[in-house]
Amino acid sequence: MTFPSISPLYPHEHHNPDAPILETRKLSVRYDGRVALEDITFHLHTGERVAVVGPNGAGKSTLFKVIAGVLPPTSGEVKISGFGPRGHICIAYVPQRSQVDWHFPASVADVVMMGRIGQVGFFRWPRRADWDNVHAALEAVDMNSLANRQIGELSGGQQQRTFLARAMAQEAELILMDEPLNGLDTPSQEAILSLLEKLRQKKITVMVATHDLGQAASHFDRVMLLNQRLIRFGPPLEVLTSENLLHAYGGHAQLIQGGDGTTTLADSCCDGKEGDE
Amino acid sequence: MSSLFNIFLQPLKYDFMVRGLAASVIVGVVCAVVGVYVVLRGMAFFGDALAHAVLPGVALGYLISGGSREVLFWWALGAAVLVALAVGRITKNAEIREDTAIGIIFASMFALGIALISTVRSYTVDLSHFLFGDVLGVSTRDLVLTAVFGGIVLLVIFLFYKEFMVLSFDPILAATLRLPSGVLTNLLLVLMALTVSVAMQTVGVALMVAMLVTPAASASLLTHRLWQGMLVSAVIGAVSAVTGLYVSYYLNIVSGSAIVLTATAIFLLVFIFHPRRGLLWKKR
Repeated sequence: MTFPSISPLYPHEHHNPDAPILETRKLSVRYDGRVALEDITFHLHTGERVAVVGPNGAGKSTLFKVIAGVLPPTSGEVKISGFGPRGHICIAYVPQRSQVDWHFPASVADVVMMGRIGQVGFFRWPRRADWDNVHAALEAVDMNSLANRQIGELSGGQQQRTFLARAMAQEAELILMDEPLNGLDTPSQEAILSLLEKLRQKKITVMVATHDLGQAASHFDRVMLLNQRLIRFGPPLEVLTSENLLHAYGGHAQLIQGGDGTTTLADSCCDGKEGDE
Repeated sequence: MSSLFNIFLQPLKYDFMVRGLAASVIVGVVCAVVGVYVVLRGMAFFGDALAHAVLPGVALGYLISGGSREVLFWWALGAAVLVALAVGRITKNAEIREDTAIGIIFASMFALGIALISTVRSYTVDLSHFLFGDVLGVSTRDLVLTAVFGGIVLLVIFLFYKEFMVLSFDPILAATLRLPSGVLTNLLLVLMALTVSVAMQTVGVALMVAMLVTPAASASLLTHRLWQGMLVSAVIGAVSAVTGLYVSYYLNIVSGSAIVLTATAIFLLVFIFHPRRGLLWKKR
């Protein structure tokens, strides 16, 4: 798929429609000799929703940055629809809320428009069609009434939906979300999760890093269990077994045996306390 | 009423005042607009260092040209661009922390500049002009250079508005949109260098950081969107320049100081009396 309005100054790879939306082969990343990711090989199907779970330091953010083409891998390769990630502008990375400067002088609509500047191109200003696109994206996440709010005045769930709208305005085909549910109350989490359901209808593929194993099991097609290596990748019930989880989490896992034979895992390693604005 | 007019008109009888006023306004606006990015990106210390690090370049030019003021702008420009790009490079992949690196460069360049100037006999007068500006010494040629380079800075900021905004707000988005982040970052550094060299004659190196930071800080309290912040900052910069120059004329104080103190006064007013976020209304 190509974008006809794209400026020639922005590089853009063509897509091979027969290739998987995302494919990695023997991906490894090392920082100063320390292993962050080792030998990661997998591929995704178009439109599926994948939860990436693993303890802190498992390399979830690193994996996303390599896929997005922001961080070059030490070895191995990433292919987006058959081509390397660096030419694509169809990959959206939704940062953790704690990584964003919420005091930045920008309205909700401004932030969503930022996703479109690849389509707008250098030395041009957003046109009517771009603003229409921005407002359609805001409508899709039910944020149009807040379009002129400064982003710091939003609740956590609204902030997260703003960034999802930005990914839609970018016309992203692969959205990578880093801990989007952290610190959100239950209704806000449900709102985000039902938006992910909508994205599937638009054939947008979504990878979500999360600590919530219950949500990973109930709302995602496949679960990727990661701890530097790819421990398991498959349907939630096959992946989230106590054996696999102990393997991934090691000493951080607390397995709670329920009376009815179920096993629950409490991920004790991670503070979910990023809710303070 | 006519006496009030006289207060405004009287200094304009002198051509050097008119030129000084025009130069101050341009500098006030350019510094204030660039300053919005300085404040957003947390580069106040870098801006201060950049201004001071220009001094050896200017001093060298001064010595080589035998005391001529004509060429100083170009020496300042060269020094500023060189230092901006060097610091940008050093701080990117450094073994030492960024602010430490800037601190070392800042002080040592400043010392080198003073050392060079101190070899000249008329050392104190020249030094004070470099440090605090000499707005009344602005020639027509200086004014043209100020206008041209100030205009270039504003034009580039306008042309790359959305790219600079994305780069400052979300560098990872800039990377996933495949913006040339390195080139844009260096372009922003060069713009800061141009601003510093344009402003050198009017406000001097010692107080320059105030012109970069203070109007932009006031504007950040008053606005919620980037372009609004730039407009408001520019207006505050221009008003500070004009008011400061009149104050300096009537009270006979150094113009750079007067301009900076006016900008500070505006900031304090905004900080204290701001409708919602002002200090005055904050709960104890």
